[in-house]
Amino acid sequence: MSNVPADPMLPRPVRVLERRREMEGVVTLVLEGSPQEQDGFQPGQFNMLYAPGVGEVPISISGDPAEPAQLTHTIRSVGQVSHALTRLQPGDQLGVRGPFGTGWPLSDAAGSDLVVAAGGLGLAPLRPVLLAAAGNRSRFGRVVLYYGTRSPDTVLYSGELEAWRAAGIDVHVTVDRAAPGWKGEVGVVTQLMRAEHFDAGSAVALLCGPEIMMHFSAQTLSGLGIPQARIHLSMERNMNCGVGLCGHCQFGPRLVCRDGPVFSLEQVAPLMKIKEL
Amino acid sequence: MLQCILDTGGLQALITALWESGHQVLGPQVRDDAVVYARLREVAQLPAGIVDEQEGGRYRLHRTVIPEGVRPLFAHVVGPHSWKRFLHPPQEPLWRVEMDGQGLAIQPAEAKEARYAFFGVRACELAAMAIQDRVLKGGEHVDSAYLRRRQGLFTVAVNCTRAADTCFCVSMESGPAVKGDFDLQLTELTAGGEHRFLLEAGSEAGEKLLERLPGRAAEQAALDEKAALLAATARQMKRAMPAGAAELLADSLDSSHWESVAARCLHCGNCTSVCPTCFCTRTEERSALDGRSSERWRLQDSCFNEGFSYIHGGALRRSAAARYRQWITHKLLHWREQFGSAGCTGCGRCITWCPVGIDITEEVHRLAEAKA
Repeated sequence: MSNVPADPMLPRPVRVLERRREMEGVVTLVLEGSPQEQDGFQPGQFNMLYAPGVGEVPISISGDPAEPAQLTHTIRSVGQVSHALTRLQPGDQLGVRGPFGTGWPLSDAAGSDLVVAAGGLGLAPLRPVLLAAAGNRSRFGRVVLYYGTRSPDTVLYSGELEAWRAAGIDVHVTVDRAAPGWKGEVGVVTQLMRAEHFDAGSAVALLCGPEIMMHFSAQTLSGLGIPQARIHLSMERNMNCGVGLCGHCQFGPRLVCRDGPVFSLEQVAPLMKIKEL
Repeated sequence: MLQCILDTGGLQALITALWESGHQVLGPQVRDDAVVYARLREVAQLPAGIVDEQEGGRYRLHRTVIPEGVRPLFAHVVGPHSWKRFLHPPQEPLWRVEMDGQGLAIQPAEAKEARYAFFGVRACELAAMAIQDRVLKGGEHVDSAYLRRRQGLFTVAVNCTRAADTCFCVSMESGPAVKGDFDLQLTELTAGGEHRFLLEAGSEAGEKLLERLPGRAAEQAALDEKAALLAATARQMKRAMPAGAAELLADSLDSSHWESVAARCLHCGNCTSVCPTCFCTRTEERSALDGRSSERWRLQDSCFNEGFSYIHGGALRRSAAARYRQWITHKLLHWREQFGSAGCTGCGRCITWCPVGIDITEEVHRLAEAKA
């Protein structure tokens, strides 16, 4: 039959090049590229990763956009599929679809201050932004990272934070519960946010983390003067297809996989107020 | 438009010609006390003289009183089946993977060359197919199996000469007259005790087929009878979707009325199964016991299932109230922004097949009252 385009549900086999244990239950996989990966990805986009014989889950891309031939994902073992993915070793194969979805609006932010707020594993989809900023520091004005996590041993990419600081990123980290030896901040991520860190008149804010964390971070940043249209969030919903065909990721009028996962606060603020939407 | 008049012999010639041109012909038949869609080879298989009594939570077939000796073939309306059963089947394999220890060999499921001919597609069902087209083949990513089946499809539509009590297509602007994308349309005529069918072409393929059939020229009286029948059907319609339903729902997301629906709703998902536009699916892994191969399947899913909205930590829509609100706001409000039209055609199946008779039109009326 005529003109049937490639099946978006069909994964391509890809080999694991490198596996890094980030913390208990969290692993970063670096995957070998295939010709399709040469097209690159937008920071903020996700892939559907298939654990052979187990199933498929959406995982954000956490690698460097300057190296599009490698796909990097940071995965927390929370269910059957993610558990199987975190057990893969270098040389093993998995299935990959995508990249899918919208990216962070980095071109809108060029020349402006960049405010990055992350909670827990929410730092993973923002890592490509931080790597891009660190690699091309003159592209943005001031770049500030607010990162909150549960405890000192759950600080993601802890080995990279210093490198980002050295590259001129203003890095602030807080934990909910300190531990012996922790000299940093203790408390919620919004306590780190200060008007003097950025120019609210032009800054672009990028948020990723638990919905409750994004809700309060957005509220605080709005209060500090960043308009809703320049605050962006990465939303999470159940996804089965990743390409707008299965209906699972509906968030009111939006399909998170197709219209998101990155939305402006302007788009989603009214929806976030409705329970069980 | 090319048109002709057929008798029942001509109707048989149409069915036969569709088989001979390589189509698998599917049409309405009575099975287990319901009109369903199944392989159709003979006019005699059609539900002659059958009408369907439909009400909230109620469906019964009856023999019609036969005026002037004619046993109408299309006096029934729509049953529990819709054509999505064939175009967007409840389950199908997506691909298969062999795992030999070296790597993965992923093979797409065999693309079956299904060339269906749907015989007896009602106006609301054509509208439903157009809605599923926008969802499954109208966006950036296309369901390739659906597209293949859609490309091979031939449709013989039928104008409704009777409305069930659950029908509300007039208020959804989808019927009762056949319009849009079809190959042929039929209107069953019985005036003067003469059983005949007005056949009109709606596509080039339809014209080519019509020309080969043993028909006679359609007289003006036949066209007048068709118009009168359709007008009568529209007048028969007892239910209507209130105007401004979308705006009302947009304004009712926090309504206390959802709790009242939840007190009745069994969240069984029947409404989503019988709905001709509900398209939601989930994927499932079917792995071999020896761990060497596995298959990926797509299955029909329902927003009434708790697992539908699962993300780690639990389901987002735990309450029945939230799940019913999701379904009705999707149909009448959010579908518009997602896919450019409402997701309801007024076929009434969700009303008939709801075990407790929850009525989508009635719930919109009640929301309006709760607002007032």
